[in-house]
Amino acid sequence: MVVGGGIAGIQASLDLADQGFKVYLVEKKSAIGGHMAQLDKTFPTNDCAMCNISPKLVDAGRHLNIEILTETDVLGVEGHAGNFTVNLLRRPRYIDLDKCIGCGDCAEVCPVSLPDLYEEGLKERKAAYRLYAQAVPTAYAIDKLGTAPCRDACPAGQRAQGYIALIAEGRYREAFRVIKEDNPFPSVCGRTCHHPCEGHCSRALVDEAVGIMALKRFVVDYALAYGRETVEPVPRTRPEWVAVVGSGPAGLTAAHDLVKMGYGVTVYEALPVAGGMMRVGIPAHRLPKGVLQQDIDDILALGVVLKTNSPVSDPAKLLKEGYDAVCVATGISSGDHSLGVEGEGAKGVIPAATFLRKVNLGQPIRIGRRVAVVGGGITALDAAAVARRLGSEVYLALDRPRGELPAYHWEVAAVESEGIHLMERMTLTRILSEDGQVMGVELAETGKGFTKDAAGRRRPKIEEGTEFTVAVDTVIGTVSQFSDLRFLDEKYDEMAVDRQTLSSEIPGLFVVAGRKTGASYIIEAVSLGHQVAQSIHRYLIGQPMDTVKSQAPPVVKHTRQELMLRVMKGEIRLQPKVEAALLPIEERVTSFREVVLGLTEQQARLEAQRCLQCGICSECLACVYACGVDAIDHDMLAREEQVEVGAIILAPGYQAYNAALSEEYGFGRYPNVVTALQFERLLSASGPTMGRVQRPSDGTTPRRIAFLQCVGSRDQSHDYCSAVCCMYATKEAIIAKEHQPELDVHVFMMDMRAYSKGYWDYFERARHRYGIHYNRARLSMLHEDPDTQNLILHYQDEGGRLAVEAFDMVVLSVGMEISASVRELGQKLGVELDEYGFCHTAQFNPVETSRAGIYAVGPFREPKDIPESVVEASGAAAASAGLLAEARWSLTRERQYPPEKDVDGQKPRIGVFVCHCGSNIGGFLDVPAVAKYARALPGVIHAEDNLYSCSQDSIKLIAQRVDEYDLNRVVVASCSPLTHSPLFQDSIRAAGLNPYLFEMANIRNQCSWVHSADWGVATNKAKDLVRMAVARAALLEPQHTIDVPVDHAALIVGGGVAGMTAALSLAKGGYPVHLVEKEAELGGNLRHVFTSMDGKDPQLALTRLRNEVEASEAIVTHLESRVTGTKGFMGNFKTTIESVDGRRQEIDHGVVILATGAQEYRGPEYGYGSDKRIITQQELEKLLFNKKSQIQDLESIVMIQCVGPAERFCSRICCTVALKNALALKELNPGVQIVVLYRDIRTYGFKERLYTKARERGVLFVRYDDQHQPQVDITDDGNLKVQAWDPILQRRLEIQPDLLVLSMPVVPRDDVNALAAMFKVPVDADGFFLEAHVKLRPVDFSTGGVFMAGMAHYPKLLDETMVQAQAAAARAARVLSREMLTAGGQVAVVDKSLCTGCLTCVRICPFGVPIMEPSLTGVGDILGAAYIEAAVCQGCGTCVAECPARAIQLMHYTDAQMRAKVSALMKPAIISLDEIVEV
Amino acid sequence: MAGVSLQIVAYCCEHCAYAAADLAGGLRLQYPPEVKIVQLPCTGKLDVLMVLQAMEDGVDGAMVAG
Repeated sequence: MVVGGGIAGIQASLDLADQGFKVYLVEKKSAIGGHMAQLDKTFPTNDCAMCNISPKLVDAGRHLNIEILTETDVLGVEGHAGNFTVNLLRRPRYIDLDKCIGCGDCAEVCPVSLPDLYEEGLKERKAAYRLYAQAVPTAYAIDKLGTAPCRDACPAGQRAQGYIALIAEGRYREAFRVIKEDNPFPSVCGRTCHHPCEGHCSRALVDEAVGIMALKRFVVDYALAYGRETVEPVPRTRPEWVAVVGSGPAGLTAAHDLVKMGYGVTVYEALPVAGGMMRVGIPAHRLPKGVLQQDIDDILALGVVLKTNSPVSDPAKLLKEGYDAVCVATGISSGDHSLGVEGEGAKGVIPAATFLRKVNLGQPIRIGRRVAVVGGGITALDAAAVARRLGSEVYLALDRPRGELPAYHWEVAAVESEGIHLMERMTLTRILSEDGQVMGVELAETGKGFTKDAAGRRRPKIEEGTEFTVAVDTVIGTVSQFSDLRFLDEKYDEMAVDRQTLSSEIPGLFVVAGRKTGASYIIEAVSLGHQVAQSIHRYLIGQPMDTVKSQAPPVVKHTRQELMLRVMKGEIRLQPKVEAALLPIEERVTSFREVVLGLTEQQARLEAQRCLQCGICSECLACVYACGVDAIDHDMLAREEQVEVGAIILAPGYQAYNAALSEEYGFGRYPNVVTALQFERLLSASGPTMGRVQRPSDGTTPRRIAFLQCVGSRDQSHDYCSAVCCMYATKEAIIAKEHQPELDVHVFMMDMRAYSKGYWDYFERARHRYGIHYNRARLSMLHEDPDTQNLILHYQDEGGRLAVEAFDMVVLSVGMEISASVRELGQKLGVELDEYGFCHTAQFNPVETSRAGIYAVGPFREPKDIPESVVEASGAAAASAGLLAEARWSLTRERQYPPEKDVDGQKPRIGVFVCHCGSNIGGFLDVPAVAKYARALPGVIHAEDNLYSCSQDSIKLIAQRVDEYDLNRVVVASCSPLTHSPLFQDSIRAAGLNPYLFEMANIRNQCSWVHSADWGVATNKAKDLVRMAVARAALLEPQHTIDVPVDHAALIVGGGVAGMTAALSLAKGGYPVHLVEKEAELGGNLRHVFTSMDGKDPQLALTRLRNEVEASEAIVTHLESRVTGTKGFMGNFKTTIESVDGRRQEIDHGVVILATGAQEYRGPEYGYGSDKRIITQQELEKLLFNKKSQIQDLESIVMIQCVGPAERFCSRICCTVALKNALALKELNPGVQIVVLYRDIRTYGFKERLYTKARERGVLFVRYDDQHQPQVDITDDGNLKVQAWDPILQRRLEIQPDLLVLSMPVVPRDDVNALAAMFKVPVDADGFFLEAHVKLRPVDFSTGGVFMAGMAHYPKLLDETMVQAQAAAARAARVLSREMLTAGGQVAVVDKSLCTGCLTCVRICPFGVPIMEPSLTGVGDILGAAYIEAAVCQGCGTCVAECPARAIQLMHYTDAQMRAKVSALMKPAIISLDEIVEV
Repeated sequence: MAGVSLQIVAYCCEHCAYAAADLAGGLRLQYPPEVKIVQLPCTGKLDVLMVLQAMEDGVDGAMVAG
């Protein structure tokens, strides 16, 4: 298992999978790629980062042996090396990876925007997103934290955040649609819901809850005003009938759901109208009848049969009458309950429910002039308001303070403003009557606590002595209403009902009413309706009704602290809730017109924008409706999973230092201070500004930019160097200058750490060619000019002078850190970490962690750049492969295809498939017309258009069509062949066609998307592209591959640490190794190293290594031998080696690793060789080891860095070696004065600690530059004299040391060129081997089967050499592990009868493949013609283009095929195949 | 040149320029529809004859990117 999908993780996965191991690649994010995918360019070649990493992403994504697990965390690991069980948390993606084809339709419609972290927050993205355009997997993902509190609070699970997000975007119809998804009564619930959602709204923690109910009403009103969509009847698909008794919210919801499932449904209603309490319990001024009717009509329109005036007294009888199931949903229908006070029998006492029902049904009811309404709920408010509208004077006695009412405060205020006498905390104690007619009421103040009345109901206690009377002639009493079934029959009221399934003891009878399962609120009733419909459905299809309740996703809870932080950051703007206007009072009390007027559109959008989008994804379902392949599943849940693996490679990468923590730089406060990663995105052509560098504050182009180095590195809280910042800052500066040559760029730094291959050159180019200014200075202050938002820098230059300068923009070169989650991972896995979270690994086993079988690579070990991470990844792959050698090829898969059809000599029968890509193509050009056009093209037998050509069903369909029409060529017109042709090729292979009989027309990325404004133009271009593709397809030929056997032995040249380590690594993998060493013993340069950075003994390690090599049966060591000749190619080399005594031996091998090392330079600079007191670092090391006594007498030592060739290139290790030796000197002789004369101290990574320690121990450092080189002389009295210019003191120093130690660089060996020529591999200007690609193929040569390791590649430290050797072994094992190499396909083939033997191809091939084969005969029977080995040809076709005799053809890209394609462009009306063939 | 229909062939290396054109699509960058991209395994594959033949066939311009 590889943990971390950055470049290191990808490389390790590929190396292992290619060697025959099954790999799980675990990534936290939704796609692999890591930081490298964010970069614009890479140093020192300025290659496009994406162009480099993208092929690797695709390889990993398509590899049969790599299983990419995105959105996955490692929870823990049990077991031991070779046998681990890893516990994983698979977080939900909410989009099915197998179905999603990456078209982006979901993101297009998603209403939720959030900062795009891939763009470092410089841009926004949607909640439905793809991490970046080239992401692998290509599937989208949905960013969802969990269920929003509003949805969670709603009994019916209304997706409030969803419709609010849509309202905010003005998409009201979609909002209406999503409301209806969970609630068939949107009109009602937009007006009368008790809205628990608002009670749970997180916005209340900041200011006020979002007015969710008002927003819902707005949507409903909008839909009503602009015409609701007509509801079509649902076709009956099931034979069963269901009877629903009661047409309240529960009954109608159940009927709605059931009829949608295809059942027949009849609803019985006792009253003349449907709607239950919604109809008769709520007055029209709150819920207009028309509005309710609209909801009911929509339900009936689905096909529900409604029978009004049809009371059912015995629902169970309906079952006998033929209904398959019956649902009792009679709601609150049992008569009114008594008030439980004296005098309630008097005339003029009316229960509120009766009162409201009669008024609502238009039945006659008489009330008096003065009316008392008593109660404590919404019904009381309603009854009072109705009585007022009927013309009475109303006294409303509430048994609680208004704040405790289940109503909005304005609702209470509205009632009061209508002239109703409102009395709070009053309870009814007695009704006064005369002659049986009400005369008044006695009220009393409520006290604390409750008591029980005669009927056993809870009533508030009264405050004794506060009684008073009010003269009224009517009393409307409200008592808590509840549902019972006594009015049917006692047996129903007593009947056992299951609360979960709502099924009763009578099979087929379901109950959502009564004491056991009745609802109190409308929305609860709706919820019950859904629930009972599901139960009835399961009952009818014979499934158990008791389903295990699936685990619910977490509810998102924000704390006030979190939200206030967002307020402070300006992400949330405080803004009170928008209140709807009310009808003027004079109009209210005289009519039943609706009181609340509803929000205006502007108000609604403003209010909707107050939503905090708690869940991120709002679950508005817009993506579900938009997705054409049904890939979206909002109900996915996180799950744990166990995976068995043999080894684990940790490549979790780094996090950039959070620059906001270093407040002095103003990041986060000053908009024009950005991080280097942000700047990287600003430079990128695919970034937020499309590669134009703009100031975040005002979008203007900056003229002066300052880079500040070491932000989060080499400071009090980071005692290490992040190793990459100097170079990336240089790169960003160069690229910015390339974009904008007049830009003035200043880099403020301590040392320039250009320590690796090509870095020094790069730095020199930055200075001299691009004119970038480097200042060795420390910043003392940075502040913003508030007028211009420029940044003013105060700093001290090297000479101590204070300077102040203004810049338009400041870039912070942030360092590398280990994130908290990675530290946690390390702890969970039980691998040792240091205080910063970096993983400990052993110096002599550099990728192995403290837990056997777990390896660590990349910045997780130590800050480092891409090539070193890639080397370590390969190294860890080698270590894992060695551990698991026996399991190779045991778990891997191969694709199986049917036998191939022979199409030889057949006329082309072409099938064309034109893709709509949802709306991505179909929305911008006429896809059916293109398909129709294609059908008429010559050779085309069949053409059709598909919604998504790459969806699983279309892939199958293409194979079917090949059979059906006997097609022998296939063209797909859709997106890019780079991403999709392998998929389609697979499809035609499944139908028995050779994969090369396939061509694509890119009508999306290169047509519909780039000509989206003109339908006609885009359609025409698509036709052109299809015509061109068809013309080429007609000439395509099958290409066959052949298998070339692989020799499993390796040849390793060089018996130093690199050679030995590589040999052992391969031997552990089970491959025979020939190790060739020119000297009489193994060991190379390590024989001269006696101390290491961490105090371990290198000689001990060397002995161990040597013993292991000698003990290994797989390794044949050839001492005192050298390579004298080689021939063959990858998989099949034959190399001659000659020993010092002249014996020759020919060795067969599949790969070669060149590990020939390098040597310390010994030139005459600074008087070396003229005086024995002038020595090299290597000589000092020997002295330190052998002649300690001499050291103890020394008083003064000078070291000079960067000697001789090191002025041209950095030899990387000298600073570290010098500091290591200086510390060893101080250890032996604390009194010795050591002065180090240096240009830059390049202690990258943890080597920085040596530098810190050396300064602590009193080693003096004096910098010199090119203009002030140190001078070495011998004084008249024979002393050494070193003179140097001290730039800080600004004066000349003169030292007379006892010893002058020169840091001589590492240079290539003298015989490197001969070896390079023999293996046809290149060396760079300094004589080091040149790798195939500086970043991503650091140990490969471009010549196949030849690899490098160690100092022959570049100077490096011991641990670096060892990892590189392991990496070379891993790369070599990719070849050796295979039985056969596949040769052929798209390769160049020489027609020897045309070859003149001019050698052009031999010279031009970048991979050194063509050779002159003497046994072949060329043109005119001349002996010797070019031969291109198919097994190693890369298929680039360069030789084809260059061959003056046109003797070479590139298969699959023949001249005829290419010509046909371009010619077809100019022939819009090709009518016959012959015409194509002719061109 | 308004009203005149041009045909420009752009020969693009599949590793870089062709991929860049795909990305341009992803970013919805609009360019003239006259440009028709022809994918090459490497711009090294392009020989002069190929361009000349295209000219002979009547294309108005050729562009090479890689």
